[in-house]
Amino acid sequence: MLKKRIIPCLDVDNGRVVKGVNFIDLVDAGDPVEQAIIYNAEGADELCFLDITASSDNRDTLLEVVKKTAENCFIPLTVGGGVRNLDDISRLLHFGADKVSINTAAVDNIDLVAEAANKYGSSTIVIAVDAKETAENQWKVFTHGGRKETNIDVVTYCNEVAKLGAGEILLTSMDRDGTKSGFDNKLLKAVTSKVNVPVIASGGVGNLSHLLDGILEGEASALLAASIFHFGQYSIGEVKRYLADNNIPVRI
Amino acid sequence: MNLAIINFGSGNLHSVHKAFESVSSDLSNPYNIIVTNDPKEIQSADKIVLPGVGAFGDCKNAILNIEGLHASLEASVIKNKVPFMGICLGMQLLADLSYEFGTHSGFGWIPGEVRRITSPKEYKIPHMGWNEITFSDHKLFDNCEQGSDFYFVHSFYFQNQKNEHSIATTKYPDQITAAVCKENICGTQFHPEKSHINGKKIIHNFLEWKP
Repeated sequence: MLKKRIIPCLDVDNGRVVKGVNFIDLVDAGDPVEQAIIYNAEGADELCFLDITASSDNRDTLLEVVKKTAENCFIPLTVGGGVRNLDDISRLLHFGADKVSINTAAVDNIDLVAEAANKYGSSTIVIAVDAKETAENQWKVFTHGGRKETNIDVVTYCNEVAKLGAGEILLTSMDRDGTKSGFDNKLLKAVTSKVNVPVIASGGVGNLSHLLDGILEGEASALLAASIFHFGQYSIGEVKRYLADNNIPVRI
Repeated sequence: MNLAIINFGSGNLHSVHKAFESVSSDLSNPYNIIVTNDPKEIQSADKIVLPGVGAFGDCKNAILNIEGLHASLEASVIKNKVPFMGICLGMQLLADLSYEFGTHSGFGWIPGEVRRITSPKEYKIPHMGWNEITFSDHKLFDNCEQGSDFYFVHSFYFQNQKNEHSIATTKYPDQITAAVCKENICGTQFHPEKSHINGKKIIHNFLEWKP
């Protein structure tokens, strides 16, 4: 049976992890490669790096991080943040990313989704969607790190990118992100029930039952979390054991 | 000993290269691993790996468009029986035909056709993530446990005639070919380079394989 995936996400700024971590055996708490290696050893199903480096001049620092991670972690690695065009995707893949996530650039130019999927394969292209509830049971796509509202309906958009060749959708609830109050399962269900590509749930995880709800209520294929892992609240192993105890298929 | 990873401009070459390098470095006689599309280097290789990510037709054309590449692969793998491993699309290319975006001929090295996965609505396409496999007795699965998880990502699958060359299967929810082998030619639908410890075992077994 296909397993539900647990994906720790690391925010990387100028080649360093932004959110602090408290792994006791970590030599350098800000080194994303070291953290990736630990997550890999703990049984993460995939890894995700989100580059939040403000200046594009400093983006090359991320490539080094990707390269070193790929040399040490033999699980899928998704990299996103500031991906604008085919050259950006090509560079990330060349340095060892397995998938590249595109956010604002896909909204600005929807043709990029098809171009990227045709060139690199659907399996390589993740479309990241930042969603905010603007009326009851209605979500709009936001861009530029959530700063800019568009008039695009999230479900319609997800369907469109899936048809154009996106291999999966990374769906972040802006309403829940950072709140630790659980995924927006209504949003998740609205998308997973209508879109036929895997959906990664993101934004809002605060405890173990939130993860379970994302699968049972939101029907997500994969769960992304940052702070519960970074701050040592739970290990990947604990999360998986909890899900397995609740009859969710996971890789242990 | 030389191992050639074929570079025809497809996706995650770096991942494949690093995984093979990592496993090989633990052998008493590590391989010299090269990433190449040079027919001379391919013909002097003792083992050949064909990774592949992307659409069948595009990848087949990319291979045909590199002068001497297809001929050198045929010479090594078919004539000289050099051990060969195709990964994901690299395995599907071994088939006779693919129906991915049109009809395309494959290498025709292992009988079979590549078709779109048909599954009930709740089964998302691509089949993406970790899924368990059942394998038959084959060197490639030495030291692996039945039901081990491997990382898959694909929307099309290798339909084997009478399953005669299938050496492993997975379920989504119908049975899907997870690995094939015919003489010196093997292929995996899953990505050993992305399948953590289990994947490393497969790579190790391929490096040690003497068909």
